[in-house]
Amino acid sequence: MCLAIPGKVESIEFMYDNSVRMAKVSFGGIIKQASLEMLPQAEVGDYVLVHVGVAISRVDEEEAQKVFEYLREAGELDELNH
Amino acid sequence: MKYVTEYRDADIVHSYLACIKSIVTKPWTIMEVCGGQTHSLVKHGLLDILPPEITIVHGPGCPVCVTPQSLINQAVSLSIDHKVILCSFGDMLRVPGSKMSLLEAKARGADVRILYSPLEAVEIAKKFPDKQVVFFAVGFETTAPANALSVLHAYRAGLKNYSILTAHVLVPPAIRAIMDDPHTRVNGFLAAGHVCTIMGNSEYYPIAEEYKIPLVVTGFEPVDLMQGLYLTIQQLEEGKFEVINQYSRVVKEEGNPEARAVINKVFEVSHRNWRGIGVIPRSGYALREEFALYDAEKKFGFLSQDQENVNGCIAGSILKGLKKPKDCPHFNKTCTPLNPLGAPMVSTEGACAAYYHFSGIIE
Ligand code: SF4
Repeated sequence: MCLAIPGKVESIEFMYDNSVRMAKVSFGGIIKQASLEMLPQAEVGDYVLVHVGVAISRVDEEEAQKVFEYLREAGELDELNH
Repeated sequence: MKYVTEYRDADIVHSYLACIKSIVTKPWTIMEVCGGQTHSLVKHGLLDILPPEITIVHGPGCPVCVTPQSLINQAVSLSIDHKVILCSFGDMLRVPGSKMSLLEAKARGADVRILYSPLEAVEIAKKFPDKQVVFFAVGFETTAPANALSVLHAYRAGLKNYSILTAHVLVPPAIRAIMDDPHTRVNGFLAAGHVCTIMGNSEYYPIAEEYKIPLVVTGFEPVDLMQGLYLTIQQLEEGKFEVINQYSRVVKEEGNPEARAVINKVFEVSHRNWRGIGVIPRSGYALREEFALYDAEKKFGFLSQDQENVNGCIAGSILKGLKKPKDCPHFNKTCTPLNPLGAPMVSTEGACAAYYHFSGIIE
């Protein structure tokens, strides 16, 4: 139910009598529309998290790497590479 | 797919597993609150690879599973007796009501439609001005902004034929209810990442403090779940009880203020009856008085609260993490996804359905 998927904003337009900023978001090539009302700062090229037709968060690239950096710091990833 | 594939990397999963194994010395029971996490843990076989000290129990975070039967009955009655166009997320259709499910209502000719987004329901209402359109608004904090937006869209368009049947529930009161149960065995929580994209982390600090339990805000992919578990176990082993944000690529400390503003405009906090658990005070959302026109229960009248039809289903104990699906005598015998006795067997995020579908992987 709380499933939300990250996708790339391909284009932005105004819909519903020009009242709502809507994005075309690509999920690995599958395009769906999402409302940007909760994410006014989103721009074309951003990755956004979409839940039931509404973009709810922008994916932060720097933070996205932390999951892997954490292991590198713990020395776990090096071990694997050997 | 960027931000998905790399978080399913088996090597990284096993690195986190090695980290977990290197620190665990005692038995711990950890609950993941969200049904999406239940599904992912079971589907990717993660429960199988964890060391024997770690027991994972599955929480009440499947909105379909906790929606009380009285509301299912109400939805069925709206579609059959009031002949509305009843719109819903797909998972709700097979949940058994006292007499029938929405799917059975549809088979009897009711206009029941499965939608991807509540915003589509508003478009249907525009298209059929002579019909009443009701959206069955279930969900946690993650879904509340979209459901609230649908009301605002209908309001701005001046629609008089759109309303929502609200079954909104909130995560923090559920965590408290679980910890207040004297039989609880939960030592720490994976908090639901997508709920926190909206609400932020602030609601969890007092819970960690009060109950002395670690809470790790966690994502949904295998790598996220393994790191979330690691960060929880590390705290348990060190006697810490902090709130840590594992899912910082989308969860900001303050959440999403725009989304919360929309929620607060349309909804107010209310008591909610959770299926299998009972009434939890201030654990959900109801429409504010200003939006009463969009409240299906006010518009069409409230059905009397039918007695819950329990059938021997132990959903309540499962949703509180006291029992596992396989402890239920009906599991995979009289209760299967095609013929569910209880809601946790219906939704793909329900613990019973997850165990049923992926049991080949678990065993
Ligand atoms: S297996 Fe069926 S009857 Fe048993 S708890 Fe799960 S949903 Fe209820």
